[in-house]
Amino acid sequence: MRTDGMVYLDERMLNQIKQEQSLLQVKNVAHLPGIVGNSLGMPDIHWGYGFPIGGVAAFDLKKGIISPGGVGYDINCGVRLLRSGVERSEIRTRIKEIVDALFRNIPAGVGSRRKDLKLDEAQYRKVLLKGAEWAVKQGYGLGEDLEHIEEKGCIPGADPDLISQKAYERGRAQLGTLGSGNHFVEVGYVAEIYDQALASALGLSLDQVTVIVHTGSRGFGHQVCDDYIRVMLRAAEKYGIELPDKQLCCAPIQSPEGENYLAAMACAANFAFTNRQLITHWIRETFEQVMEIGPGKLQLQLVYDVCHNIAKIETHEVEGRKQRVCVHRKGATRSFAPNHPDIPAAYKKTGQPVLIPGDMGRCSYVLVGSQRAMRETFGSTCHGAGRVMSRHQAKKAARGRAVARELEDRGIYVRAASIATLVEEISEAYKDVSDVVEVVHAAGISKKVAKLKPMGVIKG
Amino acid sequence: MGYELIDHTGDLGLKIRSVDLKSLFCEAATALFDVISDLDLIEVREEREISVVGMDNEELLVAWLNELLYLHEVERLLFRDFKIIEIGEGKLKGTAGGEALREEYHIIKTAIKAVTYHQLEVRKENGGWSGRIIFDI
Repeated sequence: MRTDGMVYLDERMLNQIKQEQSLLQVKNVAHLPGIVGNSLGMPDIHWGYGFPIGGVAAFDLKKGIISPGGVGYDINCGVRLLRSGVERSEIRTRIKEIVDALFRNIPAGVGSRRKDLKLDEAQYRKVLLKGAEWAVKQGYGLGEDLEHIEEKGCIPGADPDLISQKAYERGRAQLGTLGSGNHFVEVGYVAEIYDQALASALGLSLDQVTVIVHTGSRGFGHQVCDDYIRVMLRAAEKYGIELPDKQLCCAPIQSPEGENYLAAMACAANFAFTNRQLITHWIRETFEQVMEIGPGKLQLQLVYDVCHNIAKIETHEVEGRKQRVCVHRKGATRSFAPNHPDIPAAYKKTGQPVLIPGDMGRCSYVLVGSQRAMRETFGSTCHGAGRVMSRHQAKKAARGRAVARELEDRGIYVRAASIATLVEEISEAYKDVSDVVEVVHAAGISKKVAKLKPMGVIKG
Repeated sequence: MGYELIDHTGDLGLKIRSVDLKSLFCEAATALFDVISDLDLIEVREEREISVVGMDNEELLVAWLNELLYLHEVERLLFRDFKIIEIGEGKLKGTAGGEALREEYHIIKTAIKAVTYHQLEVRKENGGWSGRIIFDI
C-alpha cells in the first residue's frame, strides 16, 4: 500500500461492512501509483467492482493514474433537485395523477427509449460537446438552469471522435430516458429544516414541493466504460502498472490512453447532464399540464445538479501547498466549501448544495459542502444510502409482499416499469440514509440543511 | 444448468462450470440470458455471428458476453442457443440464436449494465473448466 485507507463510519456500519469486501477494495485503491492523500471511503460504502462504491481517491497529475473503473459504468450518474412554488397540500389529492403523467412522459425501465427525440449526427455530437447547454438551446429548460449544475452542465475537453460506433448506437435512442435499477424521479416535500438560514439561501421552505431526478449516461456511458477498460488493460501492461484486480486497470493521466479516456468520459458526462436536463423539461411540462397552472406559479427551479460517478481535474491543498489532482468519485458527491471558485454565485456563502437521495420509502437530504471536506476528503462526501442486501436477498425478503401497496399505505405512490425492480429496491435493502448523513454531518465533511420526504415515485 | 449465482451486495455474479472451454463460454451466455429473462419463453428465430478479440480467455469471456449484451440492448434481441466455433490466439468466433423481444410476451427480470472484470476468473480445474464473472446491474 502506498498510503492509508480512511473510511467514515459509525460502529454498526463497520460491523456490517466487515462482512463484505469493501475494505479490501479501499486497500486495493491505495496500491495505485501516484495516489495523493488517503484512499477514502464514505459511510455509504459497499462492495463494488474494482473501486468500492462510496470511494474517493485523488491522483497526482504527473505521477498518477486515471482508471475507468474508478468512475464506473454509469458515467456521471447523478442527482438534481428542483424546488417549486407549490405547497404539499396543493398536490396531495393529485399525486396519483401527477405520478401517472410523469410515468407516461418520461420513458423508464430496461432499454427504455424515446421515439420523439431523433438526433442527427451533428446534433448528437453537440450533445457530447456541450451537455446541458445544448438542451437549453433546443428549448429544453431555462438559461438559469445551467448556473445551477456542477460544471455548468458541461465537462470541458470532450472529444466525440474518441467515441466508438457502439457507444453512439447504444446511446442514440436512450437520451431523455430514466433507465432501470435505482434510477428514479421522485416528487416529495421539505419535511424538516435543520438550518433555517441555509435553507432560505437554497430557496427551500417547510412543506414546499420538490422533485428529485436520479439517472446517468445510460447505455452510452456503459459502452464508453467498457471500451476504455479494454484500452486500459493493455495500457497497464505497457506502463508496468501492477493491478490487484483487473477492474482497477488504468493508465498514467498524462499518457495518450489516459487523456483519451478523460475526453471520452467527458462526452458521456455531458450525455448524462443533457439527459437530466431533458427529463427536467418534461417534469415541468407534466406539472403544468396536470396542475393546469403556468410556469410563473409553478416555479419549478433547479436548486442544483451533482455528479456522483466521475473523475475531475481539480486544485486541492495537499500538505500546505496547492496541487492539481485527478479526483475519482465513485459513488461519492462533490462537497465544495463556501467561496470556492467553482460553485455558483448564489451559493458562494452557503457552500455547494449536496444532494443525497435515500431509498424510495424513507427520505432524502440536502446538505452543503464544507472546509473540512476540502481538507480531508478532496471536497467529497457520501452519495446515498448504500445497499446492505444483495438484490437476491431483497427478493427473498419481499416474497409474498405487495411492495407498491405497502408504500401507498405510507403515503408514497409508486409507478415502476418492472415489479422486479420495485422488489429489489425495498427500503430494508438499503442502509437508512439518515444514519449515513449523520456520519458525514458529524464528521463535518458536509452540513445538514433539510430533509425531504417522498410522496410519489417513478422507477425503471 | 451449470452455474450458480454469487450474491454480491451491489451487483450480481455467476460461477460457471463446464467440461471444456467452449461449453464454458456457452454456459456463461446461457446463464446471462437466464438472469435477464425467462429462457423457456425464448424461441430461436434468428442467428447472429459474433467475433471478439481479447488478450486471454478471461478478456474473451467478458468481450463475448458484453457483445451479446450490446445486441440485446441495441437490437432488442434475446438469445438462448449458443455455439463457439473457434477460440484461441486472442480470438473467439461464435453464434447466438434467439429472437427479438416481444414486450407483451417476454419478461425482463434483471437489467444488466455491463459484464465487469472484477474478480474475473477462467481456469482449468479437476479435469473441467470454471469461470467467475460479476455483472454491474
